[in-house]
Amino acid sequence: MTEYNFAYLDEQTKRMIRRAILKGLAIPGYQVPFASREMPMPYGWGTGGVQVSAAVLTPRDTFKVIDQGADDTTNAVSIRTFFQRTAGVATTTATSDATVIQTRHRIPEEPLHEGQILVYQVPIPEPLRFLEPRESETRKMHSLEEYGLMHVKLYEDISRHGHIATSYAYPVKVEGRYVMDPSPIPKFDNPKLGDMAAIQLFGAGREQRIYALPPYTQVVSLDFEDHPFEASKADHPCGMCGATDSYLDELIIDDLGGRMFVCSDTDYCEARQAAGHKGKDAA
Amino acid sequence: MTPLLSVQGITKRYGAHIGCADVSFDLYPGEVMGIVGESGSGKSTLLNCMAGHLVPDAGQVVFDTRTDGSRDTITMSEPERRMLGRTDWAFVHQHARDGLRMGVSAGGNVGERLMAVGERHYGDIRDKATDWLGRVEIDASRVDDRPTTFSGGMQQRLQIARNLVTGPRLVFMDEPTGGLDVSVQARLLDLLRGLVRDMGLSAIIVTHDLAVVRLLADRLMVMKSGRVVEAGLTDQVLDDPQHAYSQLLVSSVLQV
Repeated sequence: MTEYNFAYLDEQTKRMIRRAILKGLAIPGYQVPFASREMPMPYGWGTGGVQVSAAVLTPRDTFKVIDQGADDTTNAVSIRTFFQRTAGVATTTATSDATVIQTRHRIPEEPLHEGQILVYQVPIPEPLRFLEPRESETRKMHSLEEYGLMHVKLYEDISRHGHIATSYAYPVKVEGRYVMDPSPIPKFDNPKLGDMAAIQLFGAGREQRIYALPPYTQVVSLDFEDHPFEASKADHPCGMCGATDSYLDELIIDDLGGRMFVCSDTDYCEARQAAGHKGKDAA
Repeated sequence: MTPLLSVQGITKRYGAHIGCADVSFDLYPGEVMGIVGESGSGKSTLLNCMAGHLVPDAGQVVFDTRTDGSRDTITMSEPERRMLGRTDWAFVHQHARDGLRMGVSAGGNVGERLMAVGERHYGDIRDKATDWLGRVEIDASRVDDRPTTFSGGMQQRLQIARNLVTGPRLVFMDEPTGGLDVSVQARLLDLLRGLVRDMGLSAIIVTHDLAVVRLLADRLMVMKSGRVVEAGLTDQVLDDPQHAYSQLLVSSVLQV
């Protein structure tokens, strides 16, 4: 453990990131610029989330990493090992035991409690980016609360598909003020963003932005009066644990069109199976 | 009668070079003002200063707002000015591409201003967009097509629909017919004339095409080297130009 400073980053960098986090918490949904560092992993692998995690971790924390809900995929395993080696913190896969959870593209099914921190990896923090490429202009739009353009995107969805087809990174309005990209979580998870007991921190490494939602923040998904927001999921029960209320991954299991649906949250699914729940595809 | 727009002593310099100098005029409701002059005479600079795209070095642009009466739009706060730009003002660019979102469908383009002022009912927005496409002679079946699939004249008409959907009172136009072939120009002018008369719009049209102002404008200003050299009723200026430059301009038009 002597070859690295605690949690890899040096203390000054962590202070700088903590200042950005505090500012983000003070202005929920506002994108705070920060001096993102080069991390020993490629952009797109969670450099922003890792820096935020490094800044908030303490030696007493228990750390969990999920990638698309799973604890055992490459991204999750490598980041978990990274902090095991550089910070020596305890790690877990159980959502309720963790104090800091770094996530890519999911919010755990199990409700989080006070004292927990959920750290999101964010590829593109600017919700208006694909409609307005100029950063100077999007900043102005945020500061002047000109968010009509966000609805143009939803309008386009409906005119093309008959319903709001945006199914992930679904834009939300925070405390009636800032429009925020919740990172590419499925819109199924959007209702969990609001009024959450845990602190939610968002880190975008390449784009050098941090934003945050303090506990119990009001978060509203944007929609039209005649096309209200709907949290959608695959209309199946989980094949392994039989859960009907969890977000599902669709797995292709042979080349004859066979497929099964399983919980994307592996911890939730395993806990249910351990408690005796069984789906139709369980061995 | 209060003027809708009162411009006083607008001056814009680019370093030592003069963009436009000491331009003043009043525009009354329902009136169309034409600004003509050769390239580089400062007419676009003047238009951009009035529309809030450029900050003039001196002068006032007083607009008769719906809520607070006469306000100087140059000293008002930026949110207020941008709000005006979405509601009471409209700006038609020379190149439709500058004024449209090319990646968004025609309906979305027209609906953007509605959504920007708080409209949140998809059905209503779409109905209004379809209605406006009809008014600018674009077939309602094209409502979900992107402007990239439209011809130049259609793009320009779409840009006009997008600007007029919120019922503005003042329209700034920068060479609205530039780059269109003559038959398309004629149709566009006919359409614009109809819309301006029906909606009682006031407009300021910058152009170097004298035929455009002859058809649309009530009054005319001739600019040269950043200054207004002659102003008056359109037919008066065009049929009996007094200033040497106006005479040159009028006599330069090809007669076919």
